[in-house]
Amino acid sequence: MNRKTNSSVVAPALRPAFAGLKPGAPTPMIEPERYELFSSPAYHFDLNRREFFKILGGGLLIVCVMPRAEAGQEAGARVFRRGQPLPAKISAWLHIGENGRVTVYTGKVEMGQNIRTSLTQAVAEELRVVPESIQMVMGDTDLTPYDMGTFGSRTTPTMNPELRKAASAALDALLDLAAKTWGVDKTKLSAAAGKITDPASGRSNEYAQLLKGKELAQTMPAEDPLTPPDRWTVMGQPLPKVDGRDFVTGKHKYPSDISLPGMLYGRILRPTSLGATLTSIDTKDAEGIEGVTVVHDGDFVGVAAPSPALAARALVAIHADWKTTPQPSSKELFEYLKQNVEEETGRGRRESPHTTGSIEDAWKKADQKSAQTYTVAYIAHTPLEPRAAVAEWKDGKLNVWTGTQRPFGVKGELAAAFHLPEDHVRVRMPDTGAGYGGKHTGECAIEAARLARAADRPVKLVWTREEEFTWAYFRPAGLIEVKGGIRNDGTITGWEFHNYNSGGSGIESPYDIANQYIEFHPTKYPLRQGSYRGLAATANHFARESHMDDLAHLVKMDPLEFRLKNLKNDRLKAVFQAAAEKFRWGKTTATAERGFGIAGGVEKGGYIATCAEVKLNRSNGEVKIVRVVAAFECGAVVNPDGLQNQVEGANIMGIGGALFEHIDFADGRILNGRLSKYRVPRFSDVPAIEVVLVDRKDLPSAGAGETPLIGLAPAVGNAIFSAAGVRLRSLPMAPVGIKL
Amino acid sequence: MPKITELNINGTRHSVDVDADVSLLSVLRDQLDLTGSKYGCGEGQCGACTVLLDGLPRRSCITKVGAAASKKITTIEGLASDGNLHPLQQAFLDEGAFQCAYCTSGMILTAAALLKSNPHPAESEIATFMEGNICRCGTHLRIIAAIRRAAESMKGVAR
Repeated sequence: MNRKTNSSVVAPALRPAFAGLKPGAPTPMIEPERYELFSSPAYHFDLNRREFFKILGGGLLIVCVMPRAEAGQEAGARVFRRGQPLPAKISAWLHIGENGRVTVYTGKVEMGQNIRTSLTQAVAEELRVVPESIQMVMGDTDLTPYDMGTFGSRTTPTMNPELRKAASAALDALLDLAAKTWGVDKTKLSAAAGKITDPASGRSNEYAQLLKGKELAQTMPAEDPLTPPDRWTVMGQPLPKVDGRDFVTGKHKYPSDISLPGMLYGRILRPTSLGATLTSIDTKDAEGIEGVTVVHDGDFVGVAAPSPALAARALVAIHADWKTTPQPSSKELFEYLKQNVEEETGRGRRESPHTTGSIEDAWKKADQKSAQTYTVAYIAHTPLEPRAAVAEWKDGKLNVWTGTQRPFGVKGELAAAFHLPEDHVRVRMPDTGAGYGGKHTGECAIEAARLARAADRPVKLVWTREEEFTWAYFRPAGLIEVKGGIRNDGTITGWEFHNYNSGGSGIESPYDIANQYIEFHPTKYPLRQGSYRGLAATANHFARESHMDDLAHLVKMDPLEFRLKNLKNDRLKAVFQAAAEKFRWGKTTATAERGFGIAGGVEKGGYIATCAEVKLNRSNGEVKIVRVVAAFECGAVVNPDGLQNQVEGANIMGIGGALFEHIDFADGRILNGRLSKYRVPRFSDVPAIEVVLVDRKDLPSAGAGETPLIGLAPAVGNAIFSAAGVRLRSLPMAPVGIKL
Repeated sequence: MPKITELNINGTRHSVDVDADVSLLSVLRDQLDLTGSKYGCGEGQCGACTVLLDGLPRRSCITKVGAAASKKITTIEGLASDGNLHPLQQAFLDEGAFQCAYCTSGMILTAAALLKSNPHPAESEIATFMEGNICRCGTHLRIIAAIRRAAESMKGVAR
């Protein structure tokens, strides 16, 4: 992807993201991150040092150069002189003003994972300032450096150390300044709470005083001068959401809360079913309503009006006919996936299978074998704030505020859709009402911008919940075939695993198995699909960890003992043991009404083990999860309370996909696309949850927003099995209870 | 269509000019820029739009503004007094009872109504009362803890 060429791309007339969606015809533009691409595009930041200080005021500027770009350049800090351009590949920057205010600029975005807080801690730690003195500017394509997007649990392992290095370099520069000013040895100085002190003379200066009248700019040094975790005072400690007060008072403006003078409200005319195309349209009645603008451009039809009520009235006044095409339904979903394997895929390079040893040998060596099929339904992210965008055209430039995990990606989509040079588009992402992997795309922003251009006024477009359930994208459904061979002493001899459509994340087994054949098979798929918290790791762990339980049962071994016997990975072993100890695994015997299950895995640098206790109602088949213990390890813990919140939340979110969430569809329609029909976890579904955080101060911090989710479904399935003797192999496991 | 010209919100009279059948949520958000009340589903299922009408929790997305015109409307913006947070607001902060916080205003207002009718709810009573409010981030246990904390701090304090 070369972002510089976007301005010259010949794009068809505005084509909403859904227009090309036909069953089995994947649209490559929709999900660039499906396979977790992290390659960075060629990007050239064009502000120079001089312009920077014009915008920010004087002080000290530290520029984070992307590590890969830095390699090959001279080691050590680079100091930039007047007029010199800044380096080409920048990941973030940090500015300390002459007033001592610290402003950090990053393209990462906040949607509830609380990185605004954890990144603040990173800077406070290394810069020796209080968190309150730091402001984070996030996800503004004019103000922050390019960032591919906030997904893949990448913020903590990548942006956090980047900002720490920048802050550390800033402190170093401040110490230099003080040493020079006072004519003392820099190593004798100390820094705390935004001040540098010379203990010998008792002299002390605030950073602001040192920076008066200065314009200093440099990159961070290449060496790693970071504070070791055992000396952390801000990191490693709980810090509440930095701007929490704005949220409990209703003051925070989410994307759907943004309002501009003269703004109109948009609505989009949606096709009657997925894949339908417009055959005829009459917009006269709608156009006759005073103040209403109607846009009809290809398959795109929308209205803009001075009030939401008027926009709704205009929308129903449009008369349109649609041509529908036959569509697969959820009833035949898994047969469809199995029968539509794609050898060549437009969705990225097909991965080759993961093989070890000889799978044929494995079956010969096995005393017992078990082969089973698992399925995973489509589910919806259902962020409580649906897609929303406010678009404004001003002096030929397009300004958009929208809830997205990829502000720079949306900027590219807008530039392409409207044939604009990228520097004519600015996307801002106010902290949004969640994403869970569901807000990667820019369709709502494009729609709002198209309406705004026609109306020549700013337009706000907030998708209805029904639109969000139908025209966004889903977590991919999947079919997984697993075969395991085992000796009677509990040694797994072979493992064969085929995932159809749901994805390759977490597909490899963490267990020590001599003979393996593991393959992901991309298929055609009936619904628009993309990223979801944890990606396919949830599906793959559900199948793997359920099947591990099956094998343990075959040789009559305790499920935990069986896992540990086949496991060499010490970090995974440690969380299994930590969870089991807290849960008191094995201390209580399962009954017909009460069962216990355990499951775990490794994904995105995080290690999770989950124990679940379920209660079964034998008379009506109701399944109630009563207790969950989750042990999680992701290296050195940055914010224990924030991390615990993520682990709790991931497990609660996981309850939905495990027990009841599923998208029903037929004839191109989503049949349960509203919250009265699509069941998400509520208070009565929530069990007692105990979280064990295994804090490895000796290891780099990994992200934590996704992986804690993946153990819940198999732990619950295994618990149901221990009570009922019934193995449930389809997610959701109990949409209307289970048959006992 | 009858018009509504005045609303009593957070103790202040607001002039409006809207049809009586427009949703209260839309009037609050789009006419008065009181955006603390959120749209989540439009069918009264998620609780993000909850406001108090004469102290009772109501889904403003399915409440016509005409039905609220004679009532005292309380939104999240009116809960703090003289810059002092309501004990529930403080308790949500203290317990870190949110992630994206889009559900928070609805949670707090629903909980405010609960504590008014039942100042010392048991955990199961809290869960039952809050059942209609959805938190997709999964902070339910913290929300329950926050409501209990607020109940504790409101002991003996008339509000």
